[in-house]
Amino acid sequence: MTESTLDPANASYRHVIPAGDWWVHEIKRGETLRILDLEGNQAADTLFYSAADPTDRYSADGTIQAQQALYLTTGTKLMSTEGNVLLEITADTCGRHDTLGGACSRESNTMRYAHDKECMHACRDSFIRGAQEWKVELTKRDIACNINFFMNVPVSPEGGLTFADGISAPGRYVEMKAAMDVVCLISNCPQLNNPCNGWNPTPVEVLIF
Amino acid sequence: MSLLLERTLTGAGMWSGVVSRGKRLRLTDIEGGANVGMLLYNALERHERYNMPDTLKGQHIFYLRAPYCLHSDMGRLLASITEDTVGWHDTVCGHSNAAGVLAKYGDHDYQHARNEWYRNARDCFLIELAKWGLGKKDLVPNLNWFSKVVADEAGKLSFVPGHSKAGAVVELRFEIDTLVVLNTCQHPFDPDPEYRSHPVKLEILEGDAPALDDPSLTIRPENLRAWENNETYHALRF
Ligand SMILES: [Zn+2]
Repeated sequence: MTESTLDPANASYRHVIPAGDWWVHEIKRGETLRILDLEGNQAADTLFYSAADPTDRYSADGTIQAQQALYLTTGTKLMSTEGNVLLEITADTCGRHDTLGGACSRESNTMRYAHDKECMHACRDSFIRGAQEWKVELTKRDIACNINFFMNVPVSPEGGLTFADGISAPGRYVEMKAAMDVVCLISNCPQLNNPCNGWNPTPVEVLIF
Repeated sequence: MSLLLERTLTGAGMWSGVVSRGKRLRLTDIEGGANVGMLLYNALERHERYNMPDTLKGQHIFYLRAPYCLHSDMGRLLASITEDTVGWHDTVCGHSNAAGVLAKYGDHDYQHARNEWYRNARDCFLIELAKWGLGKKDLVPNLNWFSKVVADEAGKLSFVPGHSKAGAVVELRFEIDTLVVLNTCQHPFDPDPEYRSHPVKLEILEGDAPALDDPSLTIRPENLRAWENNETYHALRF
């Protein structure tokens, strides 16, 4: 747990992302992004891209490899597919964040839950719309494995994987400083089939300093 | 099962090819200590690809072994692990890149090293992907056959050396026509201070689609639902 020294009153940008909505925004090198879990245990599914070159994008496996660790917290460098540091986590009052679990999609909901779940809203659809809104040529190919801020997906030494109850709470936040100009794409997860969020998607707030 | 192809991959070998539904891909670690980095795509719809998160969370596992399945990002199965004498394969640690190989093993020029030149898995993937019209956008977390990486309670990862023994085998059955892209570069966490390429035998065998009581489909209800999605795809398409 690392508290931030930044005062929200000094943020240059603030925006509440409603439950189930998406947000795309550029964060300049040296700026800090805070994601604030307003009501607790809400999954903020997040992707980052180099602002100059969207093929240089967040790499879950690259980030795991660079840290030799599965969970993200203060000090974690968020790595790109080209081996660049996109951002570094500088404060975290939640304690750990997941990058193994990926995003929900309508198609994977049919596999995970039931075939008749296909018509429910899902993060990948939000990602696709947000990416297209940023650059028209971006497609599903540009959507790779993401970060799930505020989600806890523990792995046991025996290799089991579970979606544990949330360890976040109202008012917890994570902060990261951009090491280059990046574009942040967030899907505020609309998932209604997973107990992680108590079956109740809630808003998150983003602040930029 | 009749053998359709046999190759021995040496010196950071690469291979790619389309393997149709039902056929088997059999990999043998000839000397022990091998690693096979692999990416998989639907051969006809190449934007559909292997998905590490859906494979893990769909089966509540952190590693791969028989009879688990390899899931695509479209709610379908690409392949099932039909035989496995290793018992643990990594899919979360990614692949080596040029900077990492240089930092770990030092500079090594082709004129002296010839075919033992130090290659990295990222370059190998990009070379083979380009031959099928794919590229950097298609690099996603890959499979690392024969390599075991464990996590402690805090999530810290460690590579288990000597995990795969000489003669170790893993065999996949493809559940959809699949583009397979692979290379035999070392695992990025391999602690061996020497760059060592380990030979791997690759065989493609004839085979059939599974019965409904196949262990890969019954081990998790998620796998059966994904297989039903495959059946729908095949019924509409063929
Ligand atoms: Zn979601």
